[in-house]
Amino acid sequence: MTAESVTTTAPAERYAIGIAFGNSNSSIAVTSTDDKAEVIANEDGDRQIPSILSYVDGEEYNGQQAKQQLIRNSGNTVAHFRDFLGQDFKSIDPTHCHASAHPHENNSTVAFTIQDKEGDEKSTVTISEVATRQFRRLKQSASDFSGKQVNSAVITIPTNFSENQKSALIKSAGDAGIEVLQLIHEPIAALLAYDARQESKVSDKNVVVADLGGTRSDVAVIASRGGMYTILATAHDYEFAGAHLDKVLQDHFSKEFIKWNSIDPRENARSLAKLKLESEATKKALSIGNNASFSVESLAEGIDFSSTINRLRYETIARKVFDGFNRLVEGVVKKAGLDVLDIDEVIMSGGTSHTPKIAANFQSIFPESTAVLAPSTTPTAINPSELQARGAALQASLIQEYELEDIEQSTHPAVTTVKHLTNAIGVLSISGEEKKGIFTPIVTAETAVPARRTVHVPVPKEGGDVLIKIVEGGSHIKVTKPELKPKENGNKDDSDDSEEDSDYEPEEQREKIWRVGNVLAEAAVKGTKKGGKVEVMINVAGDLGVTVTAREVGEKGGVRGNLSAP
Amino acid sequence: MASHIQVPLPLPVVPDGWAADKDFKATGRLSAATQRGIEPVGPHFLAHARRARHKRTFSEDDRIQAQENAKKVEDDDSGEISEAEDPMMLSRDAKEWKQQDHYAVLGLSKYRFKATEEQIKRAHRKKVLRHHPDKKAAAGSTEDDSFFKCIQKATEVLLDPAKRRQFDSVDDGADVEPPTKKQTKDGKFYKLWGSCFKAEGRFSRVQPVPRFGDENSSKEDVDSFYNFFYNFDSWRSFEYQDEDVPDDNENRDQKRHMERKNNNARKKKKNEDTARLRKLVDDAMAGDERIKKFRQEANASKNKKRLDKEAAEKKAKEDAQAEKEAAAKAAKDAEEKAKVDREQGKKAKEVAKAAVKKNRRVMKGSVKDANYFVSGSAPATTVDAVLGDVELVQGKIDPDETAALAARLNGLKVADEIKSVWTGEVKRLVDAGKIKAVDVKVFA
Repeated sequence: MTAESVTTTAPAERYAIGIAFGNSNSSIAVTSTDDKAEVIANEDGDRQIPSILSYVDGEEYNGQQAKQQLIRNSGNTVAHFRDFLGQDFKSIDPTHCHASAHPHENNSTVAFTIQDKEGDEKSTVTISEVATRQFRRLKQSASDFSGKQVNSAVITIPTNFSENQKSALIKSAGDAGIEVLQLIHEPIAALLAYDARQESKVSDKNVVVADLGGTRSDVAVIASRGGMYTILATAHDYEFAGAHLDKVLQDHFSKEFIKWNSIDPRENARSLAKLKLESEATKKALSIGNNASFSVESLAEGIDFSSTINRLRYETIARKVFDGFNRLVEGVVKKAGLDVLDIDEVIMSGGTSHTPKIAANFQSIFPESTAVLAPSTTPTAINPSELQARGAALQASLIQEYELEDIEQSTHPAVTTVKHLTNAIGVLSISGEEKKGIFTPIVTAETAVPARRTVHVPVPKEGGDVLIKIVEGGSHIKVTKPELKPKENGNKDDSDDSEEDSDYEPEEQREKIWRVGNVLAEAAVKGTKKGGKVEVMINVAGDLGVTVTAREVGEKGGVRGNLSAP
Repeated sequence: MASHIQVPLPLPVVPDGWAADKDFKATGRLSAATQRGIEPVGPHFLAHARRARHKRTFSEDDRIQAQENAKKVEDDDSGEISEAEDPMMLSRDAKEWKQQDHYAVLGLSKYRFKATEEQIKRAHRKKVLRHHPDKKAAAGSTEDDSFFKCIQKATEVLLDPAKRRQFDSVDDGADVEPPTKKQTKDGKFYKLWGSCFKAEGRFSRVQPVPRFGDENSSKEDVDSFYNFFYNFDSWRSFEYQDEDVPDDNENRDQKRHMERKNNNARKKKKNEDTARLRKLVDDAMAGDERIKKFRQEANASKNKKRLDKEAAEKKAKEDAQAEKEAAAKAAKDAEEKAKVDREQGKKAKEVAKAAVKKNRRVMKGSVKDANYFVSGSAPATTVDAVLGDVELVQGKIDPDETAALAARLNGLKVADEIKSVWTGEVKRLVDAGKIKAVDVKVFA
């Protein structure tokens, strides 16, 4: 084992990349000179590099080449190992390793026994070493691509990674000569990749990031406030993921094969591996076209098999899995204490997100105003498989000029743990009736303080003195049922969304309305001009003290006042 | 951050009777907040972290950032090229471009080979803006574009890495003349030679070039410096000074002749340059006090070793000698002492022997004086018994005791007293276990 030095490099000598290291696939991204992140291909031309290592006669294969070895050389092929890092044997789920090298316990960590050298001797390779080898391959690919020696990286991790797993990951990367500048959460990386686009504006929004991967699905609800991200809730699912979609296709084609040949290809390990690989390819083809073919030479007992499937059929047989994704997303929105109406954006990330039906399903769960960012629903969407690596690369380019110590200090909980507003702060304006105010939020709930927001509010047509009422406001969901169907059992307390009622129930009108809470302050701007506008700036300090500034746009002076911290 | 949301609906009018100090009335406070962790990712977080760590407010941070940004622009500006233009240079003919100093033309003579491509481009642009023939024509002067051509030529040479290298090879504007002996007199040796070698180092293929250093440089540094320059790998070439090869193909022989000539000239110049550098290094080394110092130090340390060794040997020898002498003396002394002792011992022994004899005589005399403790003539058996006891006692006691006993017996005439002395002595000896009571016949 050639242990590269794990020295910390000075910021000037750093060449940092972004690495998305997944169970199924890894990808690497660099930032080009114009601060755009791009995912780079490995020697085989793959941008999604399967996280698989295979050994034949002492030679190491990685990526797609290693994946092909799952058929002939499964015992010496290590796959789906990312989640084992830093775990003890008891807490790992080896299901997905069934068709490759099996993990076993070794000195309280996980290891694989594979024949990774020439000769007949098998050696035991710990999970940490396996990950190091994978990192070394990724580093090599990135260095070859850019011509510069890569020595540091930002790596994405799931939100439920424990401290143990993090330190194991840092160690493995360090052993491969990669200094980990920062570990960032996968959904945040995906969000950052979207927010870093030129056309995206900084705004306050609630985002659902659905990371649908090969072996696991992770969904997170993130409050994005002025470019600062707070995770409100997360959910992890190991039952509905890409592998399960493959399984559906496998079963489908197996049945068809049995019909013709009365042989079950799933009973033979090699046939099963072939079936699996081809199913995955068919699934990918179905994400692009309406029809896909499935053909395997010598699937079982020397019999070739060839068939086709159309998308509709696929969507029908895979409905169970698709529904699982829906429930997962709905559940996590609820867990965050929000309603689907509160969600402004759904970012679909991970390879499985290419499937058009999943995006369509999400579109139907959320209101029309919610943008579902997936290739099939939004033409400008970024490739979901590349989001995380891009986000990591962007973060790497942001922080690579800082000393490691600076980064550590800035990511310290003392800096990252801050107060978040429970209620929105807004201004009351009028519509029609004089008495009734309409609440317009200026600072939304879950905004991290300190925060500063500015709004422009028009004055009445005739100008004059105007009153600015700063109030707290809470949103709630108003459910209105069509009057024609009085049958609806009226148990809906209107504060909560009452579970998406199934299709056969009548469509109900749901809307988000603001309820005005306590009044914080009143201010008057006098003598405004006709058709003028008033600028209201609210500055919430770290201790929840509020400064309100109101002035007419284009004028000097204005009113300024403070609210002391509670 | 300053995303200004536009609210579509208008504000209410101030109701009658509403009044407040400075038109502001605080009526409430924010409700309690929840603590959550924000994700340390993204440009806006960096801004947040910067504010949090420096404890700045939004407006302070905005101001400081603005200042920093403004400064950056200023720094860039200060790097601009602003050199006075020599009127002689302005009237140059572009045809003689081989003789022109391209860096001076662009106003980069301060930077020369160090000028970056960016600087050259910027300098070119600046010069073009000033000297463009159209501008001159507009200003009413003659349509003289010769200097403009010079500028174009200079840019063409300097922006082509190969041509620039050729020009840099023969650019004597960047040379630093080696100092004369006189110049190096007053302590400027290291400074002058240092800048000379720094200029020479620009031709090195191997970068970075070791520095000349100063009087405090270590031996390794100095050695590596001279080694570097003695094995100097130079990229310097002399194509730039080639004579023009006729471009027409009328006279091929002539052309080839010229090419050969040029090649030879290049080789010659290269060899001369190598020799020149070699001489330069020789000169520097000859005058280098450090080399002398190191040699002296080396010699001193070598000599020191030798002297130390010799001294040690000498000392060892002397020590050995002294030891030997001391041993001999000690042996002699001991012998003499032994002799004296022996003689003295002999004498003493004789004296002691005589004393013992005398004492024994006294003892025997004492029993005889006591008439062997009988009245009348003593029978032979008694005499034998008494004398036997006396001899027994004499045999068991040492000379000192003999003397003591003799002293006690001396002068005693009365038989009982003598006998009591004897019995006392015998008793003492019996008690001491020296003689057995059964052996004693008379003095028991």
